[in-house]
Amino acid sequence: MTQTTAGVVELRIPRRAEWVAVARLAVAAVANRLRFSIEEIEDVKLAVAEACTTCILQTDAGDQIEIYCETKEDGLTVRVRSLAGADQPSPLPAEPEPDARGALGIFLIQSLMDSVKHNAGRGTDLVMTKKVSE
Amino acid sequence: MDIKVSVREAPGHAYVVELSGEIDVYTSPKVKDAITELIDRGHYNLVINLGNVRYIDSTGLGVLIGGLKRVREHGGSVNLVCTNPQIKKIFDITGLVKIFGIFDDEDSAMKALV
Repeated sequence: MTQTTAGVVELRIPRRAEWVAVARLAVAAVANRLRFSIEEIEDVKLAVAEACTTCILQTDAGDQIEIYCETKEDGLTVRVRSLAGADQPSPLPAEPEPDARGALGIFLIQSLMDSVKHNAGRGTDLVMTKKVSE
Repeated sequence: MDIKVSVREAPGHAYVVELSGEIDVYTSPKVKDAITELIDRGHYNLVINLGNVRYIDSTGLGVLIGGLKRVREHGGSVNLVCTNPQIKKIFDITGLVKIFGIFDDEDSAMKALV
């Protein structure tokens, strides 16, 4: 049987601290389907948790956090967002705006992932990518 | 997912805070409470043992930084025990290796306090 690593996984969790562990473990399981090293999977786990924490610490966001994972042969893209009034997870934006935040959590995401973009203006909306190392 | 916090007195008026589990946005308040309580009671030389911590995020780092800041106001210090490579990497990335004393074992961390 031929296996493919390409796919989309969507998850929605309550915007509360006790649910962040669920998000990071779920995304780690997704990342584990690719050829990531254990260290790279740990990087993804922390980056996703930091993005969820950013959503939680924001006061004007909705009551849910949406996590959209897109896997490809060469890597993983994760979008984490919490938008007031958002009711459906959305596909990845074609041209997200550059990240403009400087918090420790965002700094960690930037350090651990290959790219991170913050869609400004509508609550927390982060898109991050990790490539499988050669 | 939880964090276990154990506090004990060590020789030389120092205290050891031993943590076990995962420190994140949910569990870090428990760590903060333990550290704050020690500082409020006048204990300013602390060793925080992260030897059994499997995971730490920016909120956990924030708690450690906050504790260090407070003890330094009283001439105290916080040393960390950390052997997990992934956690060491986080301290390295954030530059916190330059702010905290980070040791492989509790004895070394204790000796470096004085």
